[in-house]
Amino acid sequence: MSNRPLVMAAHDLGALFGVLADDGYEVLGPTVHDGAIVIEAITQPSQLPRGWGDAQEPGSYRLVERGDGAYFGFAAPAGTWKRHLFEPRAVLWRSRRDGDGVVFEPGEHVRRRRAFLGIRGCDLAAIAVQDRVFCGSPAKSGSGSPRRSADPVYGAKREGILFIGINCSDPASTCFCTSMGTGPAIGERADLSLTELDPALPDQHRFLVHATTDRGRAIAARMNLAVATDRDLASATAVRDGAIASMGRSMDTEDLPARLREAAEDPRWDDVARRCLSCGNCTMACPTCFCADVSDQPDVAAGVDERVREWASCFQLDHSYLHGGSVRVSTKARYRQWMTHKLSTWWDQFGVSGCVGCGRCITFCPVGIDITEEVRAIRASKSVPLEEGTAETGEKGHSR
Amino acid sequence: MTAAVPKVAVWKFASCDGCQLSLLDCEDELLAVAGAVELAHFLEASSATVAGPYDLSIVEGSVSTASDIERIAHIREESNVLISIGACATAGGIQALRNFADVGEYVSVVYARPDYIETLSTSTPISDHVAVDYELRGCPVNKSQLLHVISSFLLGRRPRLPSSSVCVECKARGTTCVMVAHGTACLGPVTHAGCGAICPAFDRGCYGCYGPADTVSTTAFVQLLRSLPVSDRAIERVFRTFNANAPGFRDIPGSEHAAVGSPRATS
Repeated sequence: MSNRPLVMAAHDLGALFGVLADDGYEVLGPTVHDGAIVIEAITQPSQLPRGWGDAQEPGSYRLVERGDGAYFGFAAPAGTWKRHLFEPRAVLWRSRRDGDGVVFEPGEHVRRRRAFLGIRGCDLAAIAVQDRVFCGSPAKSGSGSPRRSADPVYGAKREGILFIGINCSDPASTCFCTSMGTGPAIGERADLSLTELDPALPDQHRFLVHATTDRGRAIAARMNLAVATDRDLASATAVRDGAIASMGRSMDTEDLPARLREAAEDPRWDDVARRCLSCGNCTMACPTCFCADVSDQPDVAAGVDERVREWASCFQLDHSYLHGGSVRVSTKARYRQWMTHKLSTWWDQFGVSGCVGCGRCITFCPVGIDITEEVRAIRASKSVPLEEGTAETGEKGHSR
Repeated sequence: MTAAVPKVAVWKFASCDGCQLSLLDCEDELLAVAGAVELAHFLEASSATVAGPYDLSIVEGSVSTASDIERIAHIREESNVLISIGACATAGGIQALRNFADVGEYVSVVYARPDYIETLSTSTPISDHVAVDYELRGCPVNKSQLLHVISSFLLGRRPRLPSSSVCVECKARGTTCVMVAHGTACLGPVTHAGCGAICPAFDRGCYGCYGPADTVSTTAFVQLLRSLPVSDRAIERVFRTFNANAPGFRDIPGSEHAAVGSPRATS
């Protein structure tokens, strides 16, 4: 079968859901819930956010009626795919009394056949980042051998997902995927990639469909789709170019890891600390943040003890608690830790940027702190290099 | 624990009894806990009491009278482990509104015979008066957290409960931010986790029942509320509830009524 893109009428989305259901896929996709677009299990096209767009600004998210029939005419959803892979709470194992001994049992990690429908370039990149964290992909390009610490809890959720991506057509004012090299085009990073065309014209509303894997091609083959015309391809190119042109923000990533390393004592950290609530919303909204707290939850009555992993944030005081106290006591130290990890030390740790440019941390910061603006300010200021011997933690007594 | 079957006591100070009620609300789990311990003193459950010493004392309510001060000192002496539960015991409760006013004036207005009333001018947390081994937040406390704390101490462990903001629980729950997406004023960013972010899940802003988060940044948060906009008078009122006297909430920037007479003694 040729790899020429195909074209699917918008009203055939239902048939796509049918094929996925026949193959036993649980479909997760965008849907409107509580005044926002979130990611939930859906079973039919009517559950998609048809006709809805979004207006995202620092500290503000609003749904906006588009006035057309677009199914995917919005930017990064308020909800993340992260919660369906790296779950907010997971039981790692249980122990229970059994006579005089103790029995250990693994937590339940249900494996389901799942399709992620309508995922964008930024979020595909975010999953690739978390794969490096949890699945033991090579930490750095060229290092070869996978790490042996693959996480079975994440792995059970991650395994076998069918990705049906959407080339983003409507970036928000908070988006900067072009700067981070993660979008808007998803290229060959999904099994099937769709581009929504002419949503304002009911009789021409259609999707360009590009199947790039065997699984994607097999699904497309069962849809009896027509081969795309040159006009379809030109329309898709126009959608991509339009998205690039309307990208709301940008970040200069040139030499950024080193630049931030040198800026550990920049006065801008004090400035942002005066605005930051230390609430942790940025870390929770971020599709790559992976920090968790592991604790034992005893149930004296049942004689059972659960070891539980729950989402945690580097903005919590107890997150950096070592013997004797927390390492990062000030808001300044915590914000600096988060941002420099995301944009600088993530490279050292995982060989990629921890930021994919989705803009969620900007939108979902209650006070609208803008990571692109903070980078710009630090680049503009005369930086004070970190003193010798303190680089290990980026921490200094007086700044705690 | 000193005994084979730990002796547990539940004590009440100035409070509404709601936190003790949370313990009774545990029902099936309470029966299991009751089977593992000797409930030596729990007047809300039984008028039969056993004298101390106690392995674990659970204290509800704030210190608001001179006799409270003597009583909590005695309970501390009689207790191996002492945990305080609820906003009254950990922050002074709603009755700590007196800390921002003239208690003599209140008494003269409220009571027919003010001379019958013997009270301190302040309502203060248990930890202002005696050493407390663990403080469990909330108005009322979350019953599963209460069971976690009791179970942990019975097993000789430190409880492990999150000290993050409510926002972390909200995002974990999958609730869309009511402040960012709806413009609803919400105390979540400055409030201690523990309730499971109930109010935002029902499209309401957080009321701050669990008191200030450990990282509270009130100045920046007050600026945010003003920008919504929320009036300064309303801002003062949202902080002046069950945890009004808690550090972080009691000194609201721009407030005309600062707390008085509320030393936070570390004993």
